[in-house]
Amino acid sequence: MIFWIVAGWVGFCILPWYGVEDGFFAFEWLIDGYPFDEDYAPAAFLIGQGEKLWLAPLIIPLITSLFALRRKKSDPLYAKILIASGAIGFGWLIAQGFGIGIRGFNFEWLMALFGDLGDRQFGMGYGALLLASAYLFLFTQGIAARGAINGDVFVVSAIGGVIVIVTVFVFLPIAKMLLAAFITEEGGYSASVFASKFFDDRLWGLGCMSGARCGAAWNSLFLAITVGILTTVLGLVFALVVTRSGFRYKRALRALTVLPIITPPFVIGLALILLFGLSGTVTQFFADLFGVQPTRWLYGMPGVLIAQTLAFTPIAFLVLIGVVEGVSPSMEEAAQTLRANRWQTFRTVSLPLMRPGLANAFLLGFIESMADFGNPLVLGGNFDVLSTEIFFAIVGAQYDQGRAAVLAMVLLFFTLSAFYAQRMWLGKKSYTTVSGKGDAGVHPLMPNGLAVPVFIAAGVWGLFTVVVYGMILYGSVVELWGVNNTLTFKHYVTAFSVRFEETGIRWTGAAWDSFWTTIYIAAAAAPLTAAVGLITAYLLTRQSFTGKNAFEFGTMLSFAIPGTVIGVSYILAFNVPPIEITGTGIILIVSFIFRNMPVGVRAGIASMSQLDKSLDESSLTLGANSWQTFRRVILPLLKPAILAALVYSFVRAMTAISAVIFLVSAEYDMATSYIIGRVENNDYGLAIAYSTTLIFVMLAAVGLLQVLVGRTKIGRRTQFGAKEQT
Amino acid sequence: MSKTLIASKAAPVRFENVTKSFGRDVVAVDNIDLHVEAGKLVTLLGPSGCGKTTTLRMIAGLEMATSGRILIGDRDVTTLPATDRDVSMVFQSYALFPHMSVLENVSYGLTFSGYSKSETRDRALAGLELVGLKGFDTRLPSELSGGQQQRVAVARALVLEPQVLLFDEPLSNLDAKLRRQVREDIRAIQQDLGLTVVYVTHDQEEALAVSDEIVVMRNASIAQIGTPRSLYDAPVDRFVADFIGEANILPCTIESVDGDMATISIEGYTHVLPARGLAVGAAKLAVRPSRLVIGAQDGFKATVAKATYVGVRMEYTLEASFGSMFAVHENVDTPLEVGTDVTVGFSQKGPVLLPEA
Repeated sequence: MIFWIVAGWVGFCILPWYGVEDGFFAFEWLIDGYPFDEDYAPAAFLIGQGEKLWLAPLIIPLITSLFALRRKKSDPLYAKILIASGAIGFGWLIAQGFGIGIRGFNFEWLMALFGDLGDRQFGMGYGALLLASAYLFLFTQGIAARGAINGDVFVVSAIGGVIVIVTVFVFLPIAKMLLAAFITEEGGYSASVFASKFFDDRLWGLGCMSGARCGAAWNSLFLAITVGILTTVLGLVFALVVTRSGFRYKRALRALTVLPIITPPFVIGLALILLFGLSGTVTQFFADLFGVQPTRWLYGMPGVLIAQTLAFTPIAFLVLIGVVEGVSPSMEEAAQTLRANRWQTFRTVSLPLMRPGLANAFLLGFIESMADFGNPLVLGGNFDVLSTEIFFAIVGAQYDQGRAAVLAMVLLFFTLSAFYAQRMWLGKKSYTTVSGKGDAGVHPLMPNGLAVPVFIAAGVWGLFTVVVYGMILYGSVVELWGVNNTLTFKHYVTAFSVRFEETGIRWTGAAWDSFWTTIYIAAAAAPLTAAVGLITAYLLTRQSFTGKNAFEFGTMLSFAIPGTVIGVSYILAFNVPPIEITGTGIILIVSFIFRNMPVGVRAGIASMSQLDKSLDESSLTLGANSWQTFRRVILPLLKPAILAALVYSFVRAMTAISAVIFLVSAEYDMATSYIIGRVENNDYGLAIAYSTTLIFVMLAAVGLLQVLVGRTKIGRRTQFGAKEQT
Repeated sequence: MSKTLIASKAAPVRFENVTKSFGRDVVAVDNIDLHVEAGKLVTLLGPSGCGKTTTLRMIAGLEMATSGRILIGDRDVTTLPATDRDVSMVFQSYALFPHMSVLENVSYGLTFSGYSKSETRDRALAGLELVGLKGFDTRLPSELSGGQQQRVAVARALVLEPQVLLFDEPLSNLDAKLRRQVREDIRAIQQDLGLTVVYVTHDQEEALAVSDEIVVMRNASIAQIGTPRSLYDAPVDRFVADFIGEANILPCTIESVDGDMATISIEGYTHVLPARGLAVGAAKLAVRPSRLVIGAQDGFKATVAKATYVGVRMEYTLEASFGSMFAVHENVDTPLEVGTDVTVGFSQKGPVLLPEA
């Protein structure tokens, strides 16, 4: 507690209150007029100079919190003081932040009440951040002292912290975006504006029934459902081949699961252009063969559909292989001993037990397709989908935030409905078939009637995937695809050349800037993502508190929010004070944390539920508190999960495009958005060479993970030792 | 050296009107009063779901009482979390930390108790020696047998010198032979150090063997508290009678009551036994299988319905006109055939009248 009080004072009296433009860690502010210059001054100095007087009340709770120092924890006053100080301080901080913006008062009624302020403020900086956290944690300590969750300070603080950051970085932007949909050009609010944008023909038109173009909403929906079904079926096919057949090269198939993780989503689209585009290999070949004019059939629905199915099938496979393996063999063996033949067993036992997996795979395919931005941009042609429309509404000539917001809402509505429908569908039944007990059975083989089509489908699609990835590799070393097919390393040189000079290495390649930014941002985001994810998972699996269900729903919600929506809502929400971070690296890091958090949460939940709860309990009865238990028992046992979460969020941050494209700035350009930019300039060679490089970098990262995790497993073999008997 | 290092701070435990409910309608423990004296080993015994483990976890602070008061020593710990109670627990699964060596496991709690590094180590080693695991300190839990893991768990709890030591079905993961030995070890350590121990089990034999006092629980409340002997010899109702060693519950008639003693009859066979405050009329009689004498001079008529050979003895199911009963007989060399008519009597001590209706 003393720590947070001190932190509060530091935030108030020492650190610059407002955001420092040139970056806090440049420490330029230290020599540049600190602490009296208005831009760099801490709140205390601002008030001392008679400026920003609305910050003055913030000192009161800081002082009152000092009264708690001498008191005992069991003293009811102790809790009251902390709760009051924390709540008032935090509340006032938020209120002034939102109330007073870059043009003085943000709300008319404040203006009416107090008159024109004649002053303004910018985005909060580290001083404000520190003070806000101090208030928050004083508040949670007060709550804990009152006896919530057995008075456990660590757990209460963790819950409070997660709720606040999720609210600020998930719910606040979404709410802002919803509001933006109602804003008229003059800045007022109007439902009719919303209605006119919402019922736009370009959104809901059904022209394609009669040969014209359909609205983007219908296009997206239709595309997403088709992709969802196709990827689920293909994913199931591959999963069956791996688990229910005598197929020899299962390991190679399993390698498929790595592909979606390391491939930037639009790369598939690029490869398809190389194959089937106007000057694509296959197109040219058939044009020569039959003497027909090459067509642009690929650009539009067919191309996007093929690309997305290729890109997302491995994701479905990843989900389904776990599920298909998870169906307990003894269930299937039981069915067989009850005189069901293999086909009947599959149809009546195996398939129904896979239902949650199928639903999950479909949901993933659906959401990924909805959110996919790269492939429609590269291949879409005149086929408008929501994600690209949103992009053009923001960056295009029209610059219509309201329209972007409305489109984003429609997109969000679709994905949330799918998310909700899946929960409803699965909610009622329990499908758990894997118990803690050893299961010695063997999965039966597929019935023959099923095996033949499954093998054909898997073979064809597998071959296609291999060709597509081969194309990427090959395409990166071809001078100009379809025109000049000589082999060259020219693109790699343009992108990644270095020059050795006396002063050191000069990174002269065009891609280095964005490459290092990407690595830097991804490396910064990864540990934060893992930390937030694991703490959330710990709270969800190990603690029970009121509102836990809502808490879980809130944290998993960001999983259903497409990246495009995150991107749009972030620019709408964080372009203005109190949190003004657009154009910085921070906004990229933050967006990655909350885009990838559900993955960290899931990984954490999965491995934490493997750890027997009695481990925590015995640590508690041995006198450790819950923070010590978390650090000394849970964390060491979760090492592999932590590593996986780290690498995964690192890699995801490198391949992400949909949210990133809205948030990059000249200073912070990311690899993916740079590549998209090259594609738009028809500079395919460079784009593909860069993508290939990324794929190999990430392959290395994933490989490193496998090695590391493999090693830690040896120390972990003991995990279930407690239950072993001799 | 070891015994001088690990002492006991045994303290009594008291439950006053303690209730624990989960959610709105599941009552796991219903308004119980319980007193565990310092230095005694008390067993909570009952079928699964009777609330015994919940009671234990409330002593540990892993569950919080919904209402009532819990005292350890003279301190009210009702709202205190596990971390702050001076209690340690041996878990059914042992819950050894798999990533720590045996010594690290045993030292774990000591590092939070303000001991210096060297003292922590000395105490942990002393604890290991006490449970007979000297020299195992660098092993990982996975490199130990089940019985050894169990002893590490005991040592880990012991070295903290807790006011109360809790055992949650500590023997259920051991094989039958080891069980007997470990339970004797636990009892020996408890008596040597004078620890207050609360012990949960569903095995009545185990309970009878180790306890100073047994608390029989049923449906979230306490059915009977008493010494092993008194529970076995004078159960208050058929539940306790049947749960602590099997019992045949037979209908009988109390013919007369003379002071403390009553004379009962079953089909004309009479027997004299303590009246336990009952009056003349119909009553229920509990008789242990071993207290049924097959082939007695006096007795009631019965037929052998089943005969099972289990090695050390014969087990018979006998069919009488008023119902069936279960009996054992030491004579395995000339067993009775199924269908044989026998006369069944009671041994002199053994049958008890049940006070309930």
